[in-house]
Amino acid sequence: MSDKKKENTALEEVTSGEYKYGFVTNIDSDQAPKGLSEDIIRYISEKKDEPDWLLEFRLKAYRHWLTMDEPSWAHISHPPINFQNIIYYSAPKQKKKLNSLDEVDPELLQTFDKLGISLEEQKHLAGVAVDAVIDSVSVKTTFQETLKKHDIIFCSFSEAVKNHPDLVKKYLGSVVPYTDNYFAALNSAVFSDGSFCYIPKGVRCPIELSTYFRINAANTGQFERTLIIADDESYVSYLEGCTAPMRDENQLHAAIVELIAHDNAEIKYSTVQNWYPGDKEGKGGIYNFVTKRGLCKGHHSKISWTQVETGSAITWKYPSCILRGDYSVGEFYSVAVTNNYQQADTGTKMLHIGKNTTSTIISKGISAGRSNNSYRGLVRVAKNAKNARNFSQCDSLLLGDKCGAHTFPYIKTGNPTAIVEHEATTSKISDDQLFYCQQRGIDMEKSIGLIVNGYAKEVLNKLPMEFAVEAQKLLAITLEGSVG
Amino acid sequence: MLLNIKDLHVSIDGKEIIKGLNLSINKGEIHAIMGPNGTGKSTLAAAITGREGYEITKGEILYNGKSILDWTPDQRANEGVFLSFQYPIEIPGVSMTNFMRTAMNAKREYKNLPPMQAGEFLKKMEEKKKLVDINAKMTNRSVNEGFSGGEKKKNEIFQMAMLEPELAILDETDSGLDIDALKVVANGVNQLKSEDNGFLVITHYQRLLDYIIPDFVHVMFEGRIVKSGGKGLALELEEKGYEWLKEPYAG
Repeated sequence: MSDKKKENTALEEVTSGEYKYGFVTNIDSDQAPKGLSEDIIRYISEKKDEPDWLLEFRLKAYRHWLTMDEPSWAHISHPPINFQNIIYYSAPKQKKKLNSLDEVDPELLQTFDKLGISLEEQKHLAGVAVDAVIDSVSVKTTFQETLKKHDIIFCSFSEAVKNHPDLVKKYLGSVVPYTDNYFAALNSAVFSDGSFCYIPKGVRCPIELSTYFRINAANTGQFERTLIIADDESYVSYLEGCTAPMRDENQLHAAIVELIAHDNAEIKYSTVQNWYPGDKEGKGGIYNFVTKRGLCKGHHSKISWTQVETGSAITWKYPSCILRGDYSVGEFYSVAVTNNYQQADTGTKMLHIGKNTTSTIISKGISAGRSNNSYRGLVRVAKNAKNARNFSQCDSLLLGDKCGAHTFPYIKTGNPTAIVEHEATTSKISDDQLFYCQQRGIDMEKSIGLIVNGYAKEVLNKLPMEFAVEAQKLLAITLEGSVG
Repeated sequence: MLLNIKDLHVSIDGKEIIKGLNLSINKGEIHAIMGPNGTGKSTLAAAITGREGYEITKGEILYNGKSILDWTPDQRANEGVFLSFQYPIEIPGVSMTNFMRTAMNAKREYKNLPPMQAGEFLKKMEEKKKLVDINAKMTNRSVNEGFSGGEKKKNEIFQMAMLEPELAILDETDSGLDIDALKVVANGVNQLKSEDNGFLVITHYQRLLDYIIPDFVHVMFEGRIVKSGGKGLALELEEKGYEWLKEPYAG
């Protein structure tokens, strides 16, 4: 065997780490029939016992969606999605309303244990408040009492609709209107649950808030919404994690996240996305078509997105910031890893509208196998956005010679005082680096993990501690391989 | 015998570089290999450490009596073979501390030992840093990134001190070093030398051998060891250059 061939075999061997969250939980679920229609939307709304205004919102979104076409500009490809072959509502069956964790289906609790997010443990040890969304509904929100003390609202979206309708009504769709894009319209029509969070004036949320998303049932789509509002002078750090079982068919995940930061408020939103990526041949996996956007509404407000994207067959997401408040700050730190046949088209939009606004973009793409990894970003400076500043750095790391890395930066400045900087690099893990590590006793897989983590360090450093460790392991597991 | 190389032939991309080399090293010995550029000295180091792309077409490398030809580079390292690189490699974003800890624990795992406690590790690191006089802050920096030539070489010796190999190969460790750095490096090697380990010092110049005194000196030429002797041979080479060796060999 030639050396090149040997290298590639080694590469393929080590890049084949198995997806370890691919189990299915056997719990009864309450499902809508397959397909999408106004009736299905009414069914979902009724199941959730929703007020009329929300049903109206859904129907308007649905009608608008019908007029739209699936976007085709992203650097991804997949067979057409049959939207009539998806189940839009699936809920773990529950006999009655839950009052405590003890009443949660033990199978479900075990699922969370396997995922390493034991609700009980998290509740007591980590100081992280967790809202877990399985399939379509929010299962349990922990840590309520601590939050209550600070008047922080952190609950499932459904509960928020019931208990805080004014807030939901005021902000729902205010950052991502249902007309925004195809998948946003779809989500607005059929979203089943999600998380809601409100931090009152002057409150620094004392714990990390967290949502864990899990798709369990077959043929279901997951359409959750997250809405976070940080009132004046408040601060919140929010974490989001996701996994799914291994299934041969593709499953659709089309979420919306809306963030609103008022005067001097700060929201830090971190994601570790590990949806099932499909098998080595590219069969199955999640289509992760997500719209995430934050509005820096007030002056001196700040929104910071940090994402570690390792899963999904296809990722299509651009967490963005609208910098409307003067002196507002937007940040985007991303590590996107693709392996085998995964495709990622991800990046951000920074829209500078207020005066003296600043944005920073650090994107680290890592591609292996036969995957395709694209950074797509827009920096736009509006006419009146005096003294806008942006710094973008987009790095790509290639492992092996069958993968692709692409960068699509768009810069539009309408104000001469703007300073926009863009830097981009593409590199490979070199044989020299690998041999150096191996010569120190570190095996090939660990060497690659080490080098890749070093490469992504700038971004990983932005994650909250408890997530950073998980993310580092994930990176190593997802890649575990390659030679330059 | 620590290292026993018998009739070694090594090719790169089908081109034979080492053409029948014999060398044995016992514990407690320092061997120096000298010779003109392009004669196969670094190839020998790569072959012993198992670098990809260096094909052993004939011969044998025995380490502590066992053939290591089928061993991966990391296995060889964990069995105690260390290479001080001629050109140490940069690994951005990976701190020296993290790198060293990963390496130490890989070796411990290989030996079925539990990972080293953080406190113990840091203590050991402090101790070894002093040995090669390296900056306290250096271990917080990324591996070799932005290091000066001297710092890189000292860092190699520091890693050697941490990993305590049985067989240490120094590939042109003296190249690009000023005299002070050279002394520090040599001093590090001399302190690490014991009855339980052996050194193979590859060098082009004899000046390093003023500070690291070899037990044996070998002259390598065109892929073979053409002359062996004691410390005196190095001085002889210094005086006469390499030209005089070629003639009897060619004849």
